[in-house]
Formats: sequence, C-alpha cells, structure tokens
Amino acid sequence: MNSALQLGGLKKAFGGLPAINGVSLEVIQGERRLIIGPNGAGKTTLFNLITGDLHRDAGAIRLFGEEVSRLKPHQRAHRGLARTYQIITLFPKDSLEHNIVLSLLGLSKVRWDAFKPLRGHPDLIEEAGRVLRRVGLEHLARRPIGEVAYGERRRVEIAMALAQKPRLLLLDEPFAGLSREERATVSELIAGIPREVTVIMIEHDMDTALDLAERITVLHYGSVIVEGTRAEVVADPKTREVYLGD
Amino acid sequence: MNWARWIVFAVALAGLPLAVGDFYVNLTSQIFIAAIFAASLNLLVGYGGLVSLGHASWVGLAAYLSGWLFLKMGLGHGITAPVALLGTTLIAGLFGWISLRATGLGFLMLTLALSQVLWGTAYRWASVTNGDNGLSGLTRPAPFGISLEGPLAFYYFSLAITVLAIWMMSRFVDSPFGAALRGTRDQPRRMSALGHDVWLIRWVTFVYSAFWGAVSGLLFVYYNKYIHPASLSLTNSAEGLLGVIAGGSGTLAGPIVGAAIVIFLKNYVSAYIERWNMLLGFVFVVIVIFMPDGVVPGLRRLWMRWRSR
Repeated sequence: MNSALQLGGLKKAFGGLPAINGVSLEVIQGERRLIIGPNGAGKTTLFNLITGDLHRDAGAIRLFGEEVSRLKPHQRAHRGLARTYQIITLFPKDSLEHNIVLSLLGLSKVRWDAFKPLRGHPDLIEEAGRVLRRVGLEHLARRPIGEVAYGERRRVEIAMALAQKPRLLLLDEPFAGLSREERATVSELIAGIPREVTVIMIEHDMDTALDLAERITVLHYGSVIVEGTRAEVVADPKTREVYLGD
Repeated sequence: MNWARWIVFAVALAGLPLAVGDFYVNLTSQIFIAAIFAASLNLLVGYGGLVSLGHASWVGLAAYLSGWLFLKMGLGHGITAPVALLGTTLIAGLFGWISLRATGLGFLMLTLALSQVLWGTAYRWASVTNGDNGLSGLTRPAPFGISLEGPLAFYYFSLAITVLAIWMMSRFVDSPFGAALRGTRDQPRRMSALGHDVWLIRWVTFVYSAFWGAVSGLLFVYYNKYIHPASLSLTNSAEGLLGVIAGGSGTLAGPIVGAAIVIFLKNYVSAYIERWNMLLGFVFVVIVIFMPDGVVPGLRRLWMRWRSR
C-alpha cells in the first residue's frame, strides 16, 4: 500500500507554546481518515502545516513519498493537495462559477494568459458548470457568493477543492454551522468522492463524521494519543477521557 | 455595448481639436499622459490591492533615460525610446523584487523609499542628470517622418498611444491572469492553496504596470521636451494615486476620469487661483466624502438609482 501522507516528528510552536508536539502519522492512498480532538488540540494547525500555510519547526512531511516541507503552498497544490477551510474562504463578490474558475485556473497553464479575455476560454466555464452540477448548485452559477445561503457556500468550498481533482483532500470541519438537512447533503457529497482520492477530515460533529471515516486519529495538546479503526478508537478509554469528556 | 461606448468616446476625442483651440488640445494631451500613468498604477492599486507611492519612478526613469541617451550619447528617438522602456522595466523588476517582500503598509513604504532614492539621485548626480537644472534641449520624435512638434500632431500621437495602452490594460484585467490578480487581492491565502503563485502574480503585475508607467514617462518628456527631478517626486506619485482613488480604483474608466480632474485643476484652475493645491485638496475631500469609492462608481450608482425610479 502506498502512503498518501506521512508525517514524521512534526513540531510547531507559537511563541514557545507547542501547538503540534511531535506528530507522526501515515495515511494510505484512498483512505478516509478522521482527525478529532478537543478545541485547541492543534487540528487546524496540523492542516496548515501540511498545506504549507505555516512552516514547521521540525519534522518531515511526505506527500506521496515526496518530502514537501520546504515547498510553498501553491507548489504543494500542484502535487495534488487541496483543502477546504473551517471559516469559509471564498470570493464573496464573484459568482459561484467564477469561484470555481479561479480554482480550475490554479492548476491550468491558462492562468498566465494576460491577453485573451477569460470569457474566451469556454472550456473553463463549461468545466466550472460541470463541477457545480456535481454539487447541485448549477442553478446558482451566476449568483455572487455573498447572495447564497451558508450551506450552499459550504458546498462551494468543497466544490472548489474537488474541481482540482486532488489526490489528497483536506476537509476542515466541513459540517461546521450546517443544519441537519444541509449536513445530510454535504455528507452525501463527501461519500461520493471517488475512491482514488485520499480524504483527511477534521470534525467536531462525531455523529456525521464517524460514518465517513475508516480510521480515526485523536489529537490532544498537539500529540496523537489514540489511532486506529472506528471501533478501536471509540472503545479506547483515552478517547473517552480527552474527547468525550469522561 | 460597453465597447461601443468606449469607441464613441475615442472618436469624440479624435474630433475634439476641431472644436477647441491649442490650449485645450495641449491640456487634453497632458490628460492622456496622466491617464496612462494613473491607469497603470491602478493595475497595482485597484486590481492587485497593492498601494504604491513610488509610481513616479517609472515616469522619471524613462524620461531621464531617453533624455540622457539623446543628449549625452547622441542617439536617435528610434533607439532611445525602446532602450528607455526596456531599462525602466528592468529596474522595475528589481524594485518589485525588493518591494514585494512586503504587502500593505510595508509595500507602500518600500516603494516610497526606493523612489526617493531615485529622486535624490536625480538631484545629486549632476554630471548625468544636470541636477536641479534638469535636462533641456530635448526634441519630440518624428515617427514615420511626421513631426510631433505641433500641438495637433502630438495630440493625435498621444491619443493613439493612450488608446493602445488602455486597450492593452483592459485586456490584462479581463484575462485569466487578471482574474487571478483580483483573486490575490481578495484572498491571497486561498489563491496559493489553489495553486496560484501569489508572489509571482504580483511581481509580473508590478513590472507590467511599470512598463506602462514608463510609456507615460516617454510621452511626458516628449511633451515637455524637458525633464526635472520633480517628475520623480513623491508629489508626482501621490497625484497619480489621488487620480486613481478619486476616479475609482479597480475600474477601467476611473483612473482616466481621476487623471482628468487632477490635470484640469492643476493647469486650468491654477491660472485663476494661486492656491490651486488647496482647491485640489478640497475637491478630493468632497469626492471622498460623497463618493468614497470614486467618481466613476459613484456616478454609476447615481445613474442606476435615477433609472430605476
């Protein structure tokens, strides 16, 4: 089995305060991994280290076997890494379609075209339409992000990542702030992600997230304290101690 | 529809000299030069979210390079113009590399500091720049044998260059690259997570905007047939920035309108009011209070409201 992501002794401190304190883990290609842990456990920091938004203090980050810890975020994106944000990070004045186009442009050589109008690239617009159809938002394609509902923005977040056909997808609390029905929609969307895509998800909402996960890592004070299959982790007393609040 | 409006506007400008005298023809030529200057700065400020206070560097550098090559090296306009543009663009590459170590206020201060270095050099390096006396005795070029010495010929020449410049810049902002540039302005972190090289996008924009700044610098020195360190001054950079902000940053027409306001106040009103600078300041305060995002977006909003009544 080939690994999609390998972290070895990863460390990150903010002003002397360790946020990630020697995390080592391996995620196999095609796996669905859930990372849980109480607030401040370092889950989002871990994502930011993997994507390169933050520089690690020590340790190794291997993406599909390649050491990437010195690469910039955009270089990691070109190696098949995509992410979503816990706090929705979209282009609010632009249309849903344009948001997806920006995502498609990120990995396309067309992004250096400084002369031909964007409208003169119908293949991009069509592809954006297909991506939106996949998440059931094609009827809103021309609407600005600022005018659509929160749950729909969540789906655009995920669609932006999926548009890039990533090999490793990091989902940072994809269910945050969603209603019950919206959760079901997003959950279905995540379940439909092709098997060759490796998915790592941070989630607070255990009920929804547990169904999607195959293996679970429990993070506490920047360290991995439990890792295993769903049943193993749920049964482990340490999980109950730190996460389920004893 | 939009393009039709621009074409009507350009045709009207082509007919303008039939209706007005030399004074206004020259005034409009100066507006063209200032419009290219402001529009090029707008690429950085409006579309890139990078506020520069050093854009006058490119006007001054191109003007000095062209003047110096002509006076001291005895080269013709056919050589001085491309060399001045190329030289200025190369130096912009270096300045951009330094300035883009930072964004926001840091970027602003670095562009200001670097342009002040050039300004100081122009004053002090008298053997090359002639110091405070400036370089005089320059001529206007004669492309295809047509002399530009008369106001009318120069007017049409600068109109043609302006149309080309604005068209190229509008293609730039409408292109995929322009879309990416606006993305880096709104969500730089997201853009790099999507695979966009934010730094490189900004640097390319910096250099491209400097190139068109240099084009306006060439027109500037052709118009005045003289170049003084004042063209490199902070005041000159700030006037361009005022034009962009007053007209409406991040719009195509905004900087053109803004540049027209600045040049009009500077050249026309100053004949009647000695303290025209005060009036300029007053006009900008009024614009910023009533149309905080500039005259063009402000008028567009008024127009929409009037139409929907």
